[in-house]
Amino acid sequence: MQAIIEIEKLNLFYGAFQALKNVSMEVPERAITAFIGPSGCGKSTLLRTLNRMNDMIQGTRIEGKIEIGGADIYSNDVHVETLRKKVGMVFQQPNPFPKSIYDNVAYGPRLHGIRKKQELDEIVESSLRSAALWDEVKDYLKRSALSLSGGQQQRMCIARALAVGPDILLMDEATSALDPISTLKIEELAQELKDKYTIVMVTHNMHQAARVSHQTVFFLNGEVVEYSDTEKLFSDPSDQRTEDYISGRFG
Amino acid sequence: MTDRSASAPSAFGKRSGASAIYNRLFTGFVWFVGICVILFILGLLFLLLQKGLPKLTWDFLYGLPSEIEEGGGIGPALFNSFYVLFLSLAISIPLGLAAGIYLAEFAPDNKWIGLVRICVEGLSSVPSIIFGLFGIAIFVEMFQVGLTILGGAVSLAFLNLPVLTRVTEESIRAVPVEMKNASFALGSTHLQTIRRVLIPVALNGIITGICLVAGRAFGESAVIILTAGVTTSGSMWDFNLFSPGETLAVHLWYVQSEAIVPDAQEIAQKATAVLIFFVLLINVVFRVPLWLNGRKTKL
Repeated sequence: MQAIIEIEKLNLFYGAFQALKNVSMEVPERAITAFIGPSGCGKSTLLRTLNRMNDMIQGTRIEGKIEIGGADIYSNDVHVETLRKKVGMVFQQPNPFPKSIYDNVAYGPRLHGIRKKQELDEIVESSLRSAALWDEVKDYLKRSALSLSGGQQQRMCIARALAVGPDILLMDEATSALDPISTLKIEELAQELKDKYTIVMVTHNMHQAARVSHQTVFFLNGEVVEYSDTEKLFSDPSDQRTEDYISGRFG
Repeated sequence: MTDRSASAPSAFGKRSGASAIYNRLFTGFVWFVGICVILFILGLLFLLLQKGLPKLTWDFLYGLPSEIEEGGGIGPALFNSFYVLFLSLAISIPLGLAAGIYLAEFAPDNKWIGLVRICVEGLSSVPSIIFGLFGIAIFVEMFQVGLTILGGAVSLAFLNLPVLTRVTEESIRAVPVEMKNASFALGSTHLQTIRRVLIPVALNGIITGICLVAGRAFGESAVIILTAGVTTSGSMWDFNLFSPGETLAVHLWYVQSEAIVPDAQEIAQKATAVLIFFVLLINVVFRVPLWLNGRKTKL
């Protein structure tokens, strides 16, 4: 599989605190890569460097290089708005806007200049279909997104992210606020989406990583300890710390 | 456990003891105070309105004031009230919103901005007459334009600016950060996020603030007396910014304290009723967009 994201010797500091230490890795295209590790290990931080959401945190400093599709995303001529259009994100808590379902999904396309009703209608429908939500909400598009259940809200957030036409979808513990059935639905959805999108997910749930991902990256204290095929990482880890973590000895 | 169930007939019966009594006492007390306050407000409104409202006529609302004879109206003063209110809001809303958005979204987190914030807070509790003196200093002494509608409106805008700034900042800050992140993660610019997410979500608080300052501006007298004067140009629909701009609230003060017309008492009563009516109306009118917005965004 071809790599779409290449990270080279990445160091990230929040003020004096170093949150990521010399991280290098590649993320394969159209596959699911999972970041695992204990709280505060830097997995979410790394995820947020990929669409530059860390830019908004004051005092963040970055060294090293991240290339997406061969282009350095921290070079000066990059517009974060364009980058984020290509690298979508789904958050830990479902975060719908207090608008209708339609307006939520159409929010992104409208930001990027799509005005025609017919075009928006098509995008909203195809995005909701991709997020496996269309059949549940097609008659209620004008209703507030806040009236949906937590799992539906999260799938709507996925649809909203897909609506701007990204290549990469970042999922930051996207199921940790959901019940088991909703979680399962999102996992199934991720399996379907990987044929068209590259998915990078942070999860605190090792079983989830084992169930859905192709590649798994294990983080500890801001460092990448191990990075390999999911099957290999869980069955035959090469680092003692990885083995301790996946067998539940800490974390 | 057994002791307790022996003394109480039902396991889930009424709780007894001090905490239950306090709870009931407190509930009763809160109800009592609440009803007293509501009765007081209703009584006050009734008292003020019942003297003025029955005698109100169109001639009074529309008519020109009279200095000597009976039967003067409040037309120009009422018109000025709205004109000055409109002008002052037209100045203070854009500035107040902009300043509030700046403080909430763009201002760096340092001591200097902290000082600015304290000043804004202090200014919002400065007595209005100080702003009146400030208006005199600018319009009467510096620009030498005398007592004008423009001077009154600008001074009123200054009076309301700190309150609007604070309310806007607080409302914008209260928008959950998750919503902001959602917008940014979809590739929105800062302006798009402010316009499409922060302001709509904060609108409730902002409109409440506008309501507050609009009511205050409509009823304000000290600033107007000092900067716009206690006379009108004497004709209706005078849009000239440099006319003297006595408003209804000032007219009320004027007829009560200075006027020599024989029916001053009656004019005051009717003007009071009109003033109260319009302040209530302003509050209702400003809530309409809020209500529409709420219908769109809630369930």
